[in-house]
Amino acid sequence: MQHFIAPRIENVSRRAMLRGMGITAGLVLAAPVLSRRGFAAYKTGADKMPHGTVNDPRVFVAIAPDGIVTIIASRAEMGTGSRTSLPMVVADEMEADWSRVHVKQAPGDEVKYGNQDTDGSRSMRHFLMPMRQVGAAARMMLETAAAKRWNVAVTEVKAVNHEVIHTASGRKLGFGELANDAAKQPVVEASQLQLKDPKDFRYIGKGKVSIVDLHDITTGKAMYGADTRLPGMKYAVIARPPVVGGKLVSFDPKDALKVPGVEKVMEVKGYPWPSKFQPLGGVAVIARNTGAAIMGRDALKVVWDDGANAKYDSVSYRAELEDAARKPGEVVRNNGDAEAALKTADKVVVGEYYLPHFAHVSMEPPAAVAHVTGNKVEVWAPVQSPGGTREDLAKTLGIPDSDVTVNVTLLGGGFGRKSKCDFVLEAALLSKAIGAPVKVQWTREDDVRHDFFHTVSAERIEAGLDKSGKVVAWRHRSVAPTIMSTFVAGAKHQAPFELGMGLVDVPFDIPNIRCENPEAVAHTRIGWFRSVSNIPHGFAVQTMVAEIAHATGRDPKEVLLELIGPARLVDVGPSVKDLWDYGEPLASYPIDAGRLRGVVELVADKGEWGRSLPKGHGLGIAVHRSFVSYVATIVEVAVDDKGKLTIPRVDTAIDCGTYVNPERIRSQIEGAAIMGLSLAKYGEVTFKNGRAMQGNFDDHPVARIDEAPMVTNVHITGFGPDTPPSGVGEPGVPPFAPALCNAIFAATGKRIRSLPIGKQLEST
Amino acid sequence: MIKLTVNGQERSWDGDPSLPLLWYLRDEAGLTGTKFGCGKALCGACTVHVEGQAARSCITPMSDLAGQKVTTIEGLDAHGDHPVQKAWREVNVPQCGFCQAGQIMQASALLLQNPHPSHDEIRESMSGNICRCGCYQRIEEAVRVAATGA
Repeated sequence: MQHFIAPRIENVSRRAMLRGMGITAGLVLAAPVLSRRGFAAYKTGADKMPHGTVNDPRVFVAIAPDGIVTIIASRAEMGTGSRTSLPMVVADEMEADWSRVHVKQAPGDEVKYGNQDTDGSRSMRHFLMPMRQVGAAARMMLETAAAKRWNVAVTEVKAVNHEVIHTASGRKLGFGELANDAAKQPVVEASQLQLKDPKDFRYIGKGKVSIVDLHDITTGKAMYGADTRLPGMKYAVIARPPVVGGKLVSFDPKDALKVPGVEKVMEVKGYPWPSKFQPLGGVAVIARNTGAAIMGRDALKVVWDDGANAKYDSVSYRAELEDAARKPGEVVRNNGDAEAALKTADKVVVGEYYLPHFAHVSMEPPAAVAHVTGNKVEVWAPVQSPGGTREDLAKTLGIPDSDVTVNVTLLGGGFGRKSKCDFVLEAALLSKAIGAPVKVQWTREDDVRHDFFHTVSAERIEAGLDKSGKVVAWRHRSVAPTIMSTFVAGAKHQAPFELGMGLVDVPFDIPNIRCENPEAVAHTRIGWFRSVSNIPHGFAVQTMVAEIAHATGRDPKEVLLELIGPARLVDVGPSVKDLWDYGEPLASYPIDAGRLRGVVELVADKGEWGRSLPKGHGLGIAVHRSFVSYVATIVEVAVDDKGKLTIPRVDTAIDCGTYVNPERIRSQIEGAAIMGLSLAKYGEVTFKNGRAMQGNFDDHPVARIDEAPMVTNVHITGFGPDTPPSGVGEPGVPPFAPALCNAIFAATGKRIRSLPIGKQLEST
Repeated sequence: MIKLTVNGQERSWDGDPSLPLLWYLRDEAGLTGTKFGCGKALCGACTVHVEGQAARSCITPMSDLAGQKVTTIEGLDAHGDHPVQKAWREVNVPQCGFCQAGQIMQASALLLQNPHPSHDEIRESMSGNICRCGCYQRIEEAVRVAATGA
């Protein structure tokens, strides 16, 4: 077993709750009024994010006279480990000893900390370099302070492991002893910063540091959204309109008020759909504890007006989407002449694929605590969007941002759901209304039924083959209601950030490629779900590759490599108006067919592609570039004669560029296999009469431990300081379901074109 | 008035006897380490020990607990060093961590009943506890480490 170094930690949210927000005594690198903005040695899309990045050491680092170094984690922690990994970058670059580092969670304040939207697999991609700069500046200020103290040239001193050493004389001063003097040094200009040579990294790339919350998590002390307790706090659950766009007509609180512990029943303001992340409205039951509030809500009688989406029905909607996919739609990419090439092709392979709505179902259902006092509000909330939540609270309550404090707790899973702060706004509205702190708790049924769902989509691909079996034409139609429909009424087409997730950026070496996006109208709230449109697009593309292999009697891996083509930077051509590329500059993050080939070849090698298997077993392979990372997966599946599937082994190769914490990359990829398995086997929310028909783990199952792969191997490649870092949290998910379903085909001959798999294997 | 023992401390509850133990622990006793995940004994996030046996606190009414001994994650070991907790840290199990208190309580109850569970027994016993982050591979390994000490 590896030995891990356990740091001490502080959590601003907990401290704030216990003794009020305050600055830790002994802070000497105090934050200035205006933060210095970050620059990057390689350009990233961070500058285009709201409030960009900040690389000022005075914002992120404080050194106490006793030598304790406090480093701010400015982004949310939902399980990816960024709350550990980003401060670890600062510590490494400044030569701090991790066992003498405290990590402190920042409140929502993007002017001070830079962008805090913890989504899009961006934390390391956008903040690795600013955090290195923070650490380097702090180190150089400490070195300057020591050199002055000793009256020697700064070139003669060196920071090593929490102290500065004068090499010639052997004199040493600890960081704590230098803290006051270091704080008086001017902050080193970004252009003058000397970053460490990567070969001298002590923590970056090593995977020897465990997450800062590990001890608290294993002892029940870790603080999540519902764990804040304030004096006089009331507990609320809310009955919300069952149909999006519906509203309250009337309610009878009589029986609810009879439940012991229920104190009040009141309306919660709703906002007309679409309204971004504003609350759905409804009726709140307020009680002395959550259990009483839930029982009170069960007794509540409410009459709703279902509104315009009352007829939303997943069966008929599926037929509409599939019909649209069989007709021409808006052309979003056009190279060569795919229409003509399909007509003259020797053979055309057609695949129609369907992927339903998914619900996020993080283990922690949404919950938040709010306390409105006078014209100010303070919240404790598990939000992926600390800055956005602050802005939305200010707008909703009609107060300036400066009167809003967002304390960020740990997130009990996020997966995109907690980028939407409706549950925090509910708590704030209720606290304002009753004049007391309020905790709003969503039940699991609330979470599943009132989610911002993953879209639902029909994908249709036609591949035209020449006589030799080579693919010469590719037409992919993708029909799915867009996330934009949650923001603006009438949005009917996928946005560039959806089209760019595996549709128009398809990296294949085919002369004639045409991508189309027929219209789709949303009838519920659509939102980001881990990996987003990469799931349906990747499923369709990677299943089609295996279908082509089968149609031509060839090995799926060989066909995949042939389609990717030679190592090159892929140019999608001028017909794609906005490639998006995850918001990154293409120069830093090109679509690199060589790296895509690289993960396929690596996983085929390590995963022993082509190995002989027992009867009833099969291997499937898939690769997908998403969040500017490259991931390939091989799944071995076993299907018994009753259709029960088990997974003896999974191998995944990831190239995410320069990496910081390989131990957490492994955990993300292991988890991505489980989430991919869940969505492939079970993931589906259906609608009837406008209502979501599932509500809890009985009718919306997710994978359990007895279904987990027996072996999960993760192969990380691409570490090198010259490759900019890319995403880790999301890219593992998209290749899993197609690799699994390709394996099922290899094992059984049954082609899965519609998710979830459900009972499809039982009929074989 | 219901009298019970929580983590070795005697307590009493004179409110609604049908209140699930989960909400008594979290909202009335201030022991927030036990988590709410489903409310229907489907996910195991709320697992505690009642008289040494794993129990889903979300469906256990206070009326069932008169004279009973309840142990929560906070009381599993005074220093947080129960072999299962140590194994969880050694294997670096958690991602978001939300389900882990329930997982640890389930695993520690398993090892009380069956100190040397097989691979299949670990999977079966832990299958009532959901982890959406997907730490299952490591949970299995950590239970094995806790059982074998290596």
